[in-house]
Amino acid sequence: MSILVDENTRLLVQGITGREGTFHTEQMVQYGTQVVAGVTPGRGGQKACGVPVFNTVAQAVRETGANVSIIFVPGPFAPDAIIEAVDAGIPFVVCISEHIPVQDMLRAYHYVNIKGARLQGPNCPGLISPGKAKVGIMAGDIHIPGPVGVVSRSGTLTYEVVSHLTGQGVGQSTVVGIGGDPVIGTGFIDVLRMFEQDPETEAVVMIGEIGGTDEEEAAAFIQKHMTKPVVGFIAGRTAPPEKRMGHAGAIVSGGIGTAESKIAALQAAGVDVADFPREAALLAAERILL
Amino acid sequence: MVWSPLFMKIHEFQAKEILAAYGLPIPPGQVATTPDEARAAAASIGGTVVVKAQVLVGGRGKAGGVKLAATPDEAAEKAADILGMNIKGITVQRVLLAQAVDIATEIYLGVILDRTSKAITIMASAEGGVEIEEVARETPEKIHRVHVHPLAGYADYQGRQLAFDIGIPPDLSREFARIVRALVLALNDNDAELVEINPLVITEDGAIQCIDAKINLDDNALFRHKDLAELRDHDEEEPAEQAAREAGLSFVKLDGTIGCVVNGAGLAMATMDTIKLSGGSPANFLDIGGGARAESVENALRIILDDANVRAVLFNIFGGITRCDEVARGIVSALPSLSRQVPMVVRLVGTNQDEGREILREAGLVAADTMQAASQEVVKVAGA
Repeated sequence: MSILVDENTRLLVQGITGREGTFHTEQMVQYGTQVVAGVTPGRGGQKACGVPVFNTVAQAVRETGANVSIIFVPGPFAPDAIIEAVDAGIPFVVCISEHIPVQDMLRAYHYVNIKGARLQGPNCPGLISPGKAKVGIMAGDIHIPGPVGVVSRSGTLTYEVVSHLTGQGVGQSTVVGIGGDPVIGTGFIDVLRMFEQDPETEAVVMIGEIGGTDEEEAAAFIQKHMTKPVVGFIAGRTAPPEKRMGHAGAIVSGGIGTAESKIAALQAAGVDVADFPREAALLAAERILL
Repeated sequence: MVWSPLFMKIHEFQAKEILAAYGLPIPPGQVATTPDEARAAAASIGGTVVVKAQVLVGGRGKAGGVKLAATPDEAAEKAADILGMNIKGITVQRVLLAQAVDIATEIYLGVILDRTSKAITIMASAEGGVEIEEVARETPEKIHRVHVHPLAGYADYQGRQLAFDIGIPPDLSREFARIVRALVLALNDNDAELVEINPLVITEDGAIQCIDAKINLDDNALFRHKDLAELRDHDEEEPAEQAAREAGLSFVKLDGTIGCVVNGAGLAMATMDTIKLSGGSPANFLDIGGGARAESVENALRIILDDANVRAVLFNIFGGITRCDEVARGIVSALPSLSRQVPMVVRLVGTNQDEGREILREAGLVAADTMQAASQEVVKVAGA
């Protein structure tokens, strides 16, 4: 098993004919993901990367039975793409796009919730269930299937941890990059809950960073509801206050969102917090072998 | 992943110009860049004026950047004092002269795009005139909040509720609610992240006036507000951060000795942390972004080496979309044109890592295998 995406995923790519969309569609197809449709308004009837292109998401869903969508359109158009996807009945939408105006994102966020759909991202690397489906922009070949679930706010930092897991011969059930924006659809707690219920996942690595209080809230959830071991890593111990570290959400502001607070909360919840990314992978590997 | 969102600050006088269009009660004011202009402005406003430094950093009052002047000549004197003053590293180039008002009560009123509650949050407090962060720390119970659902929009009862919560006199509650509505509209129309009036005052003769105003704009929405985008004040940006922004790099200057070039924000932070845990100190945060090309690497190196504190540079690249050979080529092609030579430690793994390492080897640079080994090595060569 795995969570959110697997061999039954029928993927639709919104923005398939754009530069990023085309590149990553090729990569996802190569990985073995079932990419069944693409959407670019005005390009209906064409093919891209061997995949049929439609003018609208509704038509693509009707004709191909797509059940997950990944969005590559530029930020200003991404909220529209999210709303189009959920209006067409797509239950799970992964938004890679960044630079989305916050007001537009807030409206899209609430609309997705009202429609009962799930959003991952925006400004995220997507997710991968190794050996089954890659719905994102991560390098597929560093992953192997196995028992560790990974959830992270970061992209390359996740690859770092995953490559060390793989190096230890420890595979991953699903690796989920929830994104570095402050307003995101799927959060740590959502993913932790799914990993707890997933029979294949035996341990979880949670990679957080400074800013906001999501890690603290996740720690409370872990203490109450997680029976599986969780290993943590928090980036940004050396980040100065009031400066955004690249991600819009990565800022220590008014004393809120420090690495110390997050590490303390996780430790209090029984989470082993690593000092180095590699150590997080080693700790998770130990947990699996115990 | 190029430049991640930040908000853009604008000056008080610019914020007031925007808000005046929403019918907010703002005392008449004019901007001056010389004492003579200040004298003329004070004369045309009439009566006692406040001379206020226009800088984008907080704490200008404590720094002596806000002064009262009873006559036009005194306004010129006070302007002469303030213009050229250094406030937290920023040289004051402009002052705002505003009609002084007799203050009976100071109130805080702010509207923010609140990412925690996923709503537009309106905050009000009877403790105005001080930094709201301070009130939040000392007496959080004195801050009252209402949340505007993005799909429902603002409802007038919310402004009335705040008026009652903070004890606005009944005869002014309607006017207060009108101001709240105007601020929410201003936030929506201008894609602001924050619209703040601090203080909003009730004058001795029972009127409401907006004495100070602050607006932060959402960088990601500036593409649809060309007029607002032009308000960016380049004089107040850290020069290195400005150069980085123009080069499409996400950069924050720190005060250590080891420059860092990393792809990805999370990995960049983890790299800084690893340097620290290895006994060194990072000179910057820098994310060269996904798919970083040789040109970005060159720009990154130049910006980092402009900082005289930097004694060594660490590259930490985890190739995915970013190709290691491309980054290696960038490093090698930047070398001859660099302003000075410092030791460099390069850690390259992932897509095309062998080609990348070969390019480095030919140029006499050695690649480290792991983040920790690379950090220890760079701390050693930096002599920290």
